[in-house]
Amino acid sequence: MRLQKTLLVLAPFSLLLIVKPWLPGWAVTPPKSCLAGCADIDGMIPFVDWVNAAITFLRKYEFFGAFTFRDITRGMSDVIKSMLDFTEGLLHEGFPDLGIGTIPWIALVGLAAIYGWYLRGWKLALLGGGCFFYLALFSKRGIWELSMQTLSAIAVSAPIAGLIGILVGILAAKRKTAERIIWPILNVLQSLPHFSYLIIVAIFFGVGSKAGVIATIIFAFPPMARLTMVGLQNIRPEVLEAGIMSGCTRRQMLFKVELPSARNELMLGVNQIIMQCLAMVVIASFIGQSGLGHDLLTRLQRLAIGQALEVGIAVVFIAIALDRFSQAIAHKEPIHAPEGPLWKRRPFLTAAAGFVAAVLVLSFVTPYIAKFPEHLTISTSTFWDGIVDSITLHFYAPLAVFRDAFLVYFLIPVKSAITWIPWIAVIALVASLGWRLGGWKLALTVCAFVFFIAASGYWIRAMITVYMVLVSLLICAAFGIPIGIWASRRDWSTRLMQNLCDTFQTFPSFIYLLPVVMLFQINDVSAIFAIIIYASIPIVRYTIFGLRNVPQEIIEAATTSGCTRNQVLWKVRMPMAFPEIILGLNQTLMFGLFMVMIAGFIGTVDLSQEIFRALTFNDGGKGLVIGLCVSFIGLTADRLLVAWSDRQKREYGLA
Amino acid sequence: MSKKTKIACDDIWKLYGSNPREFFERHKRNPDDEAIRSEKYIPAVRGATFDVYEGEILVIMGLSGSGKSTLVRCLSRLIEPTWGKVEFDGIDLLQASEKELIDIRRHKMGMVFQHFALLPHRTVIQNIAFPLEVQGIDKDTREKKAREIIEIVGLQGRDNYYPRELSGGQQQRVGIGRSLAVEPDIWFLDEPFSALDPLIRKEMQDEFIRLQSMLGKTIVFITHDFDEAIKLADRIAIMYEGMIVQLGTAEELISNPATDYVAEFTRDIPRAKLLSVRSIMDPPPPVPAADRLSVHADESVQKIARDVLAQELDANVVDDRDEIVGTLQRQRLLNALFEQ
Repeated sequence: MRLQKTLLVLAPFSLLLIVKPWLPGWAVTPPKSCLAGCADIDGMIPFVDWVNAAITFLRKYEFFGAFTFRDITRGMSDVIKSMLDFTEGLLHEGFPDLGIGTIPWIALVGLAAIYGWYLRGWKLALLGGGCFFYLALFSKRGIWELSMQTLSAIAVSAPIAGLIGILVGILAAKRKTAERIIWPILNVLQSLPHFSYLIIVAIFFGVGSKAGVIATIIFAFPPMARLTMVGLQNIRPEVLEAGIMSGCTRRQMLFKVELPSARNELMLGVNQIIMQCLAMVVIASFIGQSGLGHDLLTRLQRLAIGQALEVGIAVVFIAIALDRFSQAIAHKEPIHAPEGPLWKRRPFLTAAAGFVAAVLVLSFVTPYIAKFPEHLTISTSTFWDGIVDSITLHFYAPLAVFRDAFLVYFLIPVKSAITWIPWIAVIALVASLGWRLGGWKLALTVCAFVFFIAASGYWIRAMITVYMVLVSLLICAAFGIPIGIWASRRDWSTRLMQNLCDTFQTFPSFIYLLPVVMLFQINDVSAIFAIIIYASIPIVRYTIFGLRNVPQEIIEAATTSGCTRNQVLWKVRMPMAFPEIILGLNQTLMFGLFMVMIAGFIGTVDLSQEIFRALTFNDGGKGLVIGLCVSFIGLTADRLLVAWSDRQKREYGLA
Repeated sequence: MSKKTKIACDDIWKLYGSNPREFFERHKRNPDDEAIRSEKYIPAVRGATFDVYEGEILVIMGLSGSGKSTLVRCLSRLIEPTWGKVEFDGIDLLQASEKELIDIRRHKMGMVFQHFALLPHRTVIQNIAFPLEVQGIDKDTREKKAREIIEIVGLQGRDNYYPRELSGGQQQRVGIGRSLAVEPDIWFLDEPFSALDPLIRKEMQDEFIRLQSMLGKTIVFITHDFDEAIKLADRIAIMYEGMIVQLGTAEELISNPATDYVAEFTRDIPRAKLLSVRSIMDPPPPVPAADRLSVHADESVQKIARDVLAQELDANVVDDRDEIVGTLQRQRLLNALFEQ
C-alpha cells in the first residue's frame, strides 16, 4: 500500500522523463540559460540586473538628503578599523605612539593555560598553553604574526556578531511578526555560500581587513540569533511565572530572568559564533583579510603544498583550542566559592595576576619574554614538502589510475544523467514530494525555490552543483552510516568517533582542500573527495546519536523477547534511528553544498566557478543571485528531508 | 466567628480557543458542555465562585487537568481569565494596570511552584533576595532580610550554594523562602511538594505546618493529593473538569459528599481520623445516665473508639462546659470505624 503510494508520487516525474524526446526545448532547458561561459546571462527573469540596479540605487541613495548609504558604510568601517587597530596593537603590532609593546607571547601561553585549568583542568590548560607555544615555536616563517592577525580579527568580529545575534534573537522571540520575517531570512542567510557575503561586502566596503571583519560579522551572527530565540522561547513557564510573581518589570524580566535562564543556548551560540568567525576569517582572505587565511590562499595558489600545510596545521590548532575553550565556558557550572582570603576564594584570578606581574618584571631582564627567540623557531614546511614529494613519487600512478577510473566510470555518467533531466521534471518531482511529505504549502515553497533557479539562467550550472553534492552524499552515506553503526556498538568507539567528529567539525572547511590537492592535484575528483571528508561528519554523528538514543526500555524489551544483537540493531535500533539518520543526511547535504562552493577554488564548472568569476569582477548581482541559487538548492532539500523526518517521527510517536 | 474575606472570586471562567470572549458572550455567559465541545473550546475553569478568608489555608484539590493550576493563576493574574471578578482586599485585580499589578505582586503576593522555578545562575541568598532586588532595595538590606529567611526555612550555611548543588527538598525550601521574602499577605502554593519523594514530602508538610503556625498567612494551596489536603487544609475545594464541585471542611466532604465524584474521592480516606464524635452522635436521651463514659463532641472518632468500645454501654457526648449534648451509640461508632 505504502509502496504504491510512494510510486504514485513519482509518477509525474517518471512520465516527464519518458516523454522527454517529445518535449519542447523550453521545457527541457530553461529559456535563456547559460550553457557555457556565462558572461552575460539574463535568465527568464533578470534577477541579476535587478540586484545590480538595487545596489547602484543604494550606493547613491541619500537619507534625508543629509548622508548617503556610502557614508554609513564608511562610518561602519571606521568603527571597525579603530577596533581592529586596538586588538592588533595588543596582539601583534604594539602601540608605538604610546611606547607600549604587544602582549608578550609567554603571557598568552600562561594565561591560556591558567584559564584552561580554571575551566576544566590540566588537559585544557595543556591545550591552551600548548597551542600558543606551538604558534610561537613554529613561527620561522611568520606564523605567530599571522595567527595574531587572525585572532585579532576574530576578537573584533565575534563580540559584534554575538551582540547583533542576541538583539535579533530577542526581537524574534518577543514579537510574533518579527519572528515570521526573521526566521526565513536566517534560513537563507545560513545556507548562502561564504562567497556571496564576500562579494556584497566588497561592493559596499571595499577590500582589506575591515571588509573581512564586516563579512565575518554578517556571516557569523545568524546561528546566535537562532539560538537566542530558541533559548528564550524554551524557558520553563514556571520560571517566567516566578519572575512575574516576584514583581519584575518587562526589562527586569528580560535581563534578570530570561537571558540568564537561556544561558545554555547563549553559550552554545558563543561557541558557534567563534567557530563561524574563524571559518569566515580564513575565507575572507579572498577580499584581502590578512592573517593565516591569506597566507594559506597564496601558498595554495602557488601550489606550495608543504608551506600551505604548515599554515593549515596552525589554523587547525587554533580551531581546536577555540572550540574546546568556548565549549568549556559553555559547560562551566557555577560552584559556590569557599570562604577565606582572596587567594582562596579566587585562586585562579590570583594566579593569573601573579603570573602577569612576574612576566612584566622578567621582561626587563630578558627580551625573550616579549618575543620568542628567533633562532629557536622551526619551520615544518620542508618536512611536509618531503611527504608530498614522496606521495607523488610513489603513489602518483596508482592514484591517477583510481582517479581516472572514478571519473570515467562513475562521475561522468552520473553527471550526464542529472544534467539530462528536463527542468520541468525536477519541478514535478519536488512538487509531488513536497505535497506527499508536508502538504500543498511545502510543495509550493520548494517549487518556488526550484523555479527561481530555473528562471535565474544558471540551471545547468546548478544541476552540476546538484550532481556534485548528490554524488558526495551517496558516498558519504555509504561510508558514514556503517561507520556510525560500528561506532555506536560500544561505548569506547562511540566516544572515539564523537571526539573525532567534534574535532574535524571545528576545522574551517578551507583546510580540507589541502590533503586532497596533495593526493589528487586539482580536478573534480579532489573536489569531491574534499566534500566527502568534510560532509561525512554529520551523517556519522547523527547515525550514532540516533542509534544510541533509542530508549533503554525498548532495547530491554527487545532483548527479553529473545532478539540477538543483530536483530536488536536491524529490527529495533535502525527503524527507531531512521528519522535522525534522515536529519544527518540533510546536514551532510548542507555541509556538502558549502564545501562544493569552496572547492570551486580548485576548479569545478558548477555554480562555484561562476561565483568566483563574480568575485573577480566585483559583480554583486551575480554573486547574490548565484548565492541564492545555492541557498535554494540547500533549502529545497532541507525542507523535504526535515518534513520526511518529522513525519517519520510522528508515525513512531517520537515527536 | 467573624471571617474576613481576603480574596473574593466571582464566576471565574477561563476558556481556550479561537475567540473565547465572543463565544462566551454568545452563549449568555454560561456555555454548556455541548456548546463547548462542538465549537472546540477547552474549558480550563468554569464559573468558579468562592472566597478565601484571612488566615485560612484553602486547598484546591483535583486531578491533573481539572483546572486547579489555571484557577490559581487567574487569582494572581498570571493567566488572564476570560470572565469573572477577583477582588483582593477590595481591589478589583482584573482591572489593575500592569504597574499596579507589579506593585501588588511586589508587596502582597508570594508564590511557590511545583518544580521550584529557581534561577539557576543565582545562589540561594540571591534567589531568596530576588523579589527584593527587583524592587530596588539595596544589597545590604535585602541580604539581611534574606538571611533571616534562610534561617526560617532551615537552610543555614547554604547561603552561597547554587540551586544545582541542592537536593529537591532544599531547592523547594529556597522556593518557599523566595516567596516569603516580601512578607506577602497572600501565599499561593502550586503543588509545592508534588515533585518530592514521599519521605521528603512528609517532612516538608510538617515544616509547612510549623511555618504557618508562626506566620499565619492566608494561603491558597494546590494539590492532587487528598491526604495532603486533609493534613493541611482548613477548607478544601474539589475541582472537576474546571468546576468547583464542592467546597467545605474535610469532615463535610466526607460525611456529606455533594456528588458521586467527591464520594469516590473520599472513599478510601480513613474516616475515623476525620469524623468528629459530633457528626455521628444522636440526641441525648431525656434522662441521661450519669454513670456512662463521657466523650468530647469535637474529639475525632478514632481517638475515643477504644475507650468507648471497651465498655458495654453507649457513651455520653459532652461539650466544653461538660454539658451532655448527645449520645454515642456503639453501633454507630462501629459503622463509622468500618466505613459503612
